[in-house]
Amino acid sequence: MSVPLTLLGLLEREPSHGYDLKRDYDTYFGRGRPLPFGQVYATLGRLARDGKVVISEVQPGVGPERKRYVITEAGATEFDAWLTDPIEAESHLQSVLFTKVVLALMLGRPAHEYLDLQRGAHLERMRQLTEIRRAGGLVDGLLADHGLFHLEADLRWIDTTVARLDALRAEVVK
Amino acid sequence: MADIMIEARDVVRSFGQTPALRGATVAVAPGEILAIMGPSGSGKSTLLHCLAGILVPDSGEIHFDGRRVDTMGETGRSALRRDSFGFVFQFGQLVPELTAEENVALPLLLGGTRRDAALREARPWFGRLGLDGLEGRRSGELSGGQAQRVALARGLVTSPKVLFADEPTGSLDSLTGEQVMDQLVGAAREHGTTVVLVTHEARVAAYADRHVMVRDGKVAALTPERVLS
Repeated sequence: MSVPLTLLGLLEREPSHGYDLKRDYDTYFGRGRPLPFGQVYATLGRLARDGKVVISEVQPGVGPERKRYVITEAGATEFDAWLTDPIEAESHLQSVLFTKVVLALMLGRPAHEYLDLQRGAHLERMRQLTEIRRAGGLVDGLLADHGLFHLEADLRWIDTTVARLDALRAEVVK
Repeated sequence: MADIMIEARDVVRSFGQTPALRGATVAVAPGEILAIMGPSGSGKSTLLHCLAGILVPDSGEIHFDGRRVDTMGETGRSALRRDSFGFVFQFGQLVPELTAEENVALPLLLGGTRRDAALREARPWFGRLGLDGLEGRRSGELSGGQAQRVALARGLVTSPKVLFADEPTGSLDSLTGEQVMDQLVGAAREHGTTVVLVTHEARVAAYADRHVMVRDGKVAALTPERVLS
């Protein structure tokens, strides 16, 4: 998750104060990992230095000054380029799990037991996400779905790999 | 596990020369939702059928609520299935000649409840499962998801202690399947029903409290027991 680009996207919607940006970031993208205020203002400072945002007004108050940030044309162009550029379709061919399976087979260790442990960990996480989906609203539900589909894909890979362990062993054990 | 609602102990079951279960052991706590997973032909449905008293093991024991099931005769097991168990299968298996309402009332009618009383008990399930207005339809006039929810209502109408669900969403698209599972789990939680769920789909299994896998006719734990609230 790119914090600068996400903040630019929120500013593309409307000029905002740092506090509002943090609140919206935490609501939609934080997912239990709120953005520290320090990081919000440091990021906005860098974006201002690079000419991607400007400060439109400063409101004095009891606490710290409240600065209102506005996205510039350079910022909007960068955000638009990011938004329309597809994410690299990562094949995960060199995943940690794959490495573990191959090394387990090479070392004569019980690869299927490791895969069962992983299957259990995946199912437990899927159970948690399913509870979130059942209890939460649409935003939580769709985010949980994203996780569920990825975990499900991993589990299908685990099923396929378990079914082919003997063949894989023959290939990797010299 | 402190309390046990239903349990298989070292169950062996073969079909002809082909062994399906080779010493399967599993226990389910009251109110627990257990998912039995495994690849096709692993024996997971055979295990469900043994637990439910549909099949008798060649050896080993089945216990339900403190009673030994595998030594009962067919009459005793049949009464147990009718009075204490509910069933939902992959295909709803509704009786096509009956209305949805009569299908839901069927287990009560088979148990000797009078027709008007059985229908009166069946009716609230239509509201609970989002089926209002479909009471008079026959199975051919229902969508796959509606038919499966009618089958779910039929499985729950007797307030069974255990609901056995064998691939309950297998014939549905994923979104409809999730709606059926939401309602199955919601109803089971509300009534404290123990659920034995057989599925090969991880997304369906994810609704369960705990997961086991049947492999080579034996049961392996995948996730640990949870303290049920």
